[in-house]
Amino acid sequence: MRLFKGLFQKVDQLVTGRRPVDDELFDELEEALIQADLNIHTAIRIVDNLRDVARSERISDSEDIKTRLKEEISALLSSGPEGGLAVSAEAPAVYLVVGVNGAGKTTSIAKLANILKSRGNRVLLAAADTFRAAAIDQLEIWANRIGVELIKQREGADPAAVVYDALQAAKSRRADVVIADTAGRLHTRSSLMEELKKIGRVVERESGRPADEVLLVLDATCGQNAISQAQEFKAAVPISGIILAKLDGTAKGGIVITLRDELGIPIKFAGTGEGISDMQEFNSREFAEALLG
Amino acid sequence: MFESLSEKLQSVFKKLKGKGTLSEQDVNDALREVRLVLLEADVNYKVVKDFIARVKERAVGQEILESLSPAQHVIKVVNEELTALLGGGDSEFKFSPRPPTIIMLAGLQGSGKTTTAAKLANLMKKQGRRPLLVAADVYRPAAIKQLQVLGGQLQVPVFSLGERQDPVAIAKAAVSSASSGGHDVVILDTAGRLHIDEELMGELSRMKAEVSPHQILLVIDAMTGQDAVNVAGQFNSLLEVDGFVVTKLDSDARGGAALSIKAVTGKPIKFAGVGEKMDALEEFHPERMASRILGMGDVLSLIEKAEAAMDQKTAEELERKLRENKFDFNDYLEQLQQMRKMGPLDQLINMIPGMNAKQLAGVEIDESQLSRVEAIIRSMTNDERRHPEIVNGSRRRRIAAGSGTSVQEVNRLINQFEQMRKMMRGIAEMEAGGRRRPSIPFFG
Ligand SMILES: Nc1nc2c(ncn2[C@@H]2O[C@H](COP(=O)(O)OP(=O)(O)OP(=O)(O)O)[C@@H](O)[C@H]2O)c(=O)[nH]1
Ligand SMILES: [Mg+2]
Repeated sequence: MRLFKGLFQKVDQLVTGRRPVDDELFDELEEALIQADLNIHTAIRIVDNLRDVARSERISDSEDIKTRLKEEISALLSSGPEGGLAVSAEAPAVYLVVGVNGAGKTTSIAKLANILKSRGNRVLLAAADTFRAAAIDQLEIWANRIGVELIKQREGADPAAVVYDALQAAKSRRADVVIADTAGRLHTRSSLMEELKKIGRVVERESGRPADEVLLVLDATCGQNAISQAQEFKAAVPISGIILAKLDGTAKGGIVITLRDELGIPIKFAGTGEGISDMQEFNSREFAEALLG
Repeated sequence: MFESLSEKLQSVFKKLKGKGTLSEQDVNDALREVRLVLLEADVNYKVVKDFIARVKERAVGQEILESLSPAQHVIKVVNEELTALLGGGDSEFKFSPRPPTIIMLAGLQGSGKTTTAAKLANLMKKQGRRPLLVAADVYRPAAIKQLQVLGGQLQVPVFSLGERQDPVAIAKAAVSSASSGGHDVVILDTAGRLHIDEELMGELSRMKAEVSPHQILLVIDAMTGQDAVNVAGQFNSLLEVDGFVVTKLDSDARGGAALSIKAVTGKPIKFAGVGEKMDALEEFHPERMASRILGMGDVLSLIEKAEAAMDQKTAEELERKLRENKFDFNDYLEQLQQMRKMGPLDQLINMIPGMNAKQLAGVEIDESQLSRVEAIIRSMTNDERRHPEIVNGSRRRRIAAGSGTSVQEVNRLINQFEQMRKMMRGIAEMEAGGRRRPSIPFFG
């Protein structure tokens, strides 16, 4: 996966050639982690631990330091719940997709719908971004391309009502999964967070349980603010996983380490382009094993 | 969440109570904190390094100003350097003497180009110009439609040749149609693209060569992390951009990316996007951005917003009351009304230093609650409004009954009011303590 390749490539470059284990090495490791958008405090903590370990175990080989660093980061990423999508005993499964403006929600939904459809699911999309100009059209174009159904109302309609409609339609048409697109919103706008809660309540009322997945789409280019985003969205709706979009750029998205480690939110998918098939399941354990293996 | 820089520095300097000059050790201790604050704000690692070196050079051996504590002195130096770095360059927006002025927007996916294009058109229209919006994003589904909808709302025409044409050809055709249509500004909305996508970056170069834009603006999301330097560097080296628009500054992102892009390109930041509404585009204020990056809040922006909605005399009166701690429920009621003119409350709250909506979770900021609050205050006697401390249990019951609310709600309001008074006094004192602007009207 690109994020880690990039991140560890950098680390690899730094610590190959068997250099002395000294302050300079640790400083460079810290720099590499920070430049990969790890949370500053996470990065400092990781490197400090490494320094202690190196001292107490008298590690003098920079290769060993590298292995330890990978182990540490992998451990942080594979703690907590596993990354698959929830399936529910009682169809349809309901997935809400949320995030700040322009993060990549609508495109990620298209990719996700495509994956689920190819696995034989009957997927229904709910165009619950009724706010942004032409957001409904955007999702509709994707729905037509993939060949899945779409439930919509007009622009400006109540998003919770669209979700309600979609759930009714899903029941009568026996859909397996409903994925709801929502308008991009800054996590600091409390009124818009209330709107999300309302959507959550409608889901709960209509299907007798909370949404099976609430996926937060995060732009890999995003820096430290991702923590605030995750916290605020989590306070409004039960975020169950992250879709990390735009990993095809040069940004590393290292902030997700903290989201997983400290907020306990697993990273479920990684977006790697604008095409319909540019998304992969993100499995941190597999990744960690591949890395250490 | 974050301890503010001033608090951190105060603890760094606790031992150093005396005056005199700043030793190298003092400066090093202080700058270690500054470094962390900048990194937390997403300023690029290398940019931070250079910046710290620069500040150090300036600060060591400096005489501490009589009126300042050592902590304040360091903040002053840091703030000045930051402001200087963020500002400078030609941030003014120039129109071509031979219309139409062609503006081309570029940037990563999702950075806010289309919205910014429409906001710019809105701004130009208000200045009495006749802008033409051009839909040159033929890739993202419904991008053209998005621009058309926004153009329709603003009553600004949108040029489109559909999504089957080459964006360069669209831009060319738009420019020639602009002249005949009497448009004096052409705004090109291009598709979002990665700075490492050679093919799409090549398309922008061709567009530039074909239509020779007068202004190429790179649109950057304020939430961008360390990668901002790569993005801005790459776009700039290929297109020689004229400046930046930093968007989504209405978030709680500290926006260190703004410093990074300015530092690596030397190009000015020309506009700030501060909301989804069409008039939420402001000129860029380096000094505000500096204090925001330092986590000291966007006090000035807040003051300006408040002042725009409130006449000067009321503001001065209020400031005096704040400082003398005479702010009462009558003033509060008046402010509630003023506030509604200023825009969404949660946005305002976010601009207060060291504070954001989540820290104020205990303080009701939900606008739907405002009318209940008003009802409660209206049920108070004048005496009670002026001296909240006299509102005892039986008075609270009466007020609750009178306003159709509960005693708990009345209790909550009174507690919050006290909390708020304390907070405002804090701000007023901080302002009085040496910052540029003496006036600090109530934020609402
Ligand atoms: N390179 C790249 N671009 C992506 C990826 N995911 C989404 N995008 C692009 O990012 C832009 C914004 O994506 P959208 O899916 O519209 O984002 P959104 O979160 O729905 O946006 P709003 O609804 O406006 O808040 C589009 O141009 C997408 O093509 C990705 O993984 N890689
Ligand atoms: Mg969308």
